[in-house]
Amino acid sequence: MHIHRLEKIWLGFGLVMLFVFLAVLGVAAFAMGIQPPSPHHQMIDPTKVKETPPFDQPGIRQVADKEYEAVMTAYAFGYAPAAMEVPVGSTVHFTVTSSDVVHGFEIPGTNVNMMIEPGEVSQVSHKFTKPGEYLILCNEYCGIGHEMMATKLIVK
Amino acid sequence: MDLAKIKAFDSRDGALVLAHILFAFFALFLGGIAGLLQSVVRGGMYTLPGGIGYYQLLTAHGVLMALVFTTYFIIGFLYSGVSASMGGKLLPVVRRFGWTGYVFMTVGGLIVLIMILLNKASVLYTFYAPMKASPYFYTGLALVVIGSWISGWGIFKQYWYWKKTHHGKLSPLFGFMAVVTMLLWQVATIGVAVEVVVQLIPWSFGWTEKINVLLSRTLFWYFGHPLVYFWLLPAYICWYVIIPNIIGGKIYSDALARMSFLLLFLFSIPVGFHHQLMEPGISSFWKYVQVVLTFMVVIPSLMTAFSLFATFELNGRSKGTTGLFGWLKVLPWKDVRFFAPFMGMLVFIPAGAGGIINASNQMNVVVHNTLWVTGHFHLTVATSVALTFFGITYWLIPVVTNRVLTPRMNRLGIIQTILWCVGMFFMSGAMHLVGLLGAPRRTAYTTYGDTPEAVSWMPYQAVMAIGGMILFIGVLLMVYNVAALLRSQKGVTAYPLGESMEPEEATPRYLERWGLWIGLSVMLILFAYSIPVMQMLGPMVPESPGYVTW
Repeated sequence: MHIHRLEKIWLGFGLVMLFVFLAVLGVAAFAMGIQPPSPHHQMIDPTKVKETPPFDQPGIRQVADKEYEAVMTAYAFGYAPAAMEVPVGSTVHFTVTSSDVVHGFEIPGTNVNMMIEPGEVSQVSHKFTKPGEYLILCNEYCGIGHEMMATKLIVK
Repeated sequence: MDLAKIKAFDSRDGALVLAHILFAFFALFLGGIAGLLQSVVRGGMYTLPGGIGYYQLLTAHGVLMALVFTTYFIIGFLYSGVSASMGGKLLPVVRRFGWTGYVFMTVGGLIVLIMILLNKASVLYTFYAPMKASPYFYTGLALVVIGSWISGWGIFKQYWYWKKTHHGKLSPLFGFMAVVTMLLWQVATIGVAVEVVVQLIPWSFGWTEKINVLLSRTLFWYFGHPLVYFWLLPAYICWYVIIPNIIGGKIYSDALARMSFLLLFLFSIPVGFHHQLMEPGISSFWKYVQVVLTFMVVIPSLMTAFSLFATFELNGRSKGTTGLFGWLKVLPWKDVRFFAPFMGMLVFIPAGAGGIINASNQMNVVVHNTLWVTGHFHLTVATSVALTFFGITYWLIPVVTNRVLTPRMNRLGIIQTILWCVGMFFMSGAMHLVGLLGAPRRTAYTTYGDTPEAVSWMPYQAVMAIGGMILFIGVLLMVYNVAALLRSQKGVTAYPLGESMEPEEATPRYLERWGLWIGLSVMLILFAYSIPVMQMLGPMVPESPGYVTW
């Protein structure tokens, strides 16, 4: 099959760009640990969320200096616990599951954005360096109250 | 052109084609009403009356635009080109396949629409479990998919017959590309068919109690990504095969055009995880593997871009233009049959770039489920593909109804194209920007209790509404244009099939060794999916009951 010299250059240029993009993404993910959320597969019975630790006691707890774990449940149409507060400069490890349908978990203005699925536990961590009231909203359609499903994280 | 030599399109084939095209525009009209209402509600300009839910409208909009308008137009267009390029007339059995598929799809589609209107299926066109819609909704969807298979088998049959009666000859390019398109569809729909028939239908009827949610989503997105290539490939057929004829040029490289389609076939299926990058239960490794495979699908699009520019430039040089950009002067800008698809090509540059951004593994976290994604696909399917389909309509309806495209209709077509581009610039532009600020997609009007972030999104959503209103006028004008084309001046319009610049011998025959390409596709799919899917199965995996949350 005849391929024109200019086309070979064009496609070669395209392949090099793709290779560079994939290298950047791969190095960031596997050498620097900047991965998509929930790298560890952890399952849970979605009908027994309220009885299964740690979701039997949703809440925010300090686990180390400037480090917190936020154990949360998503449901139609809200999150438990309802309100959370951490000091500025804290890293929060969010551990979230759903007790009903698929929900989203997004904090606008940050890189916290993940899916919450019944049967699975989702994890993401974020360091809150600026004080303020952070909106946590559901960005995956979950029913008639979807647009009201939100909560807040206050960083003081 | 010697009018006596133009062969009129077979009238029985024409009826089959027209039935598909008209139903497609009927869906576009209804879907457009839903879209308009959504945009003004989110723009804070209108409150829906009681009895219509935002999410009902959203479900209808997605189903009508992304499943009905597209599938019907595609099948009608493919049948028209298969008839024109492979024999001039479909075999009677092939026409029967076509009509049978049409009946199945229409019956299934009407059941789906009724369930949506009755508020028994406000689950959006992705129908994610464990939201549980009416079992009749899923049954209707299954009928639509089965109908589309039957239609595809008709195209395979006509191609097989042509190959048998033209032993050793290279198949016509349109026919070859139509076969690749329906082959892609056949392989891709296996995923959603298993999801609907094996998981959703028994569960929604109550014969099984629980469902594996992650598996259902994986089966859907195994289908959902190649679905967009099912939309794109027919637009590429217009760009590769039809546009050279419209501009008075020739097809640049028949061989590379076929190769690009086969590469699209191979790399559009084993890549569904890039729609699931933010989900738990799939390892980072397999997400990255499917991102690598996703990026490979850029190559055939780069090949297509090269082919198009080569066609344009060689066309210009054959007409005496010189210099780097002289060929621009001899393109028929005032001909809607060129202008509309060309605008589709131009918009595909930002559209495709946005797609690469979305697929960028961990970077997807910035845009996932935000209005950015909505902005992206309103460029790809709702502009590149839609404008190409609109452009096709201006010659296809005249061809199959023995009429001509009049200068007046052509002018209305140019106006409609410009309106569409302006409306989409505002709407999709605003969607991209507000999505970067974090505004969620698939969400009714809200400010989350007047939180500052959400209030800051409102001006963008108002611009979206303005764009939506302009687009709705564009929908109305297109529907008018279709109706006017049906009553246009009588005459004969030739089917605008392009001719290749190269002799037939330049195309290697391994490009038609279907066993090879299907085998490669199966291997890629098994490689990309076997292990991660096995990790989703097993007796210890917890399943979920159904919920009706609307």
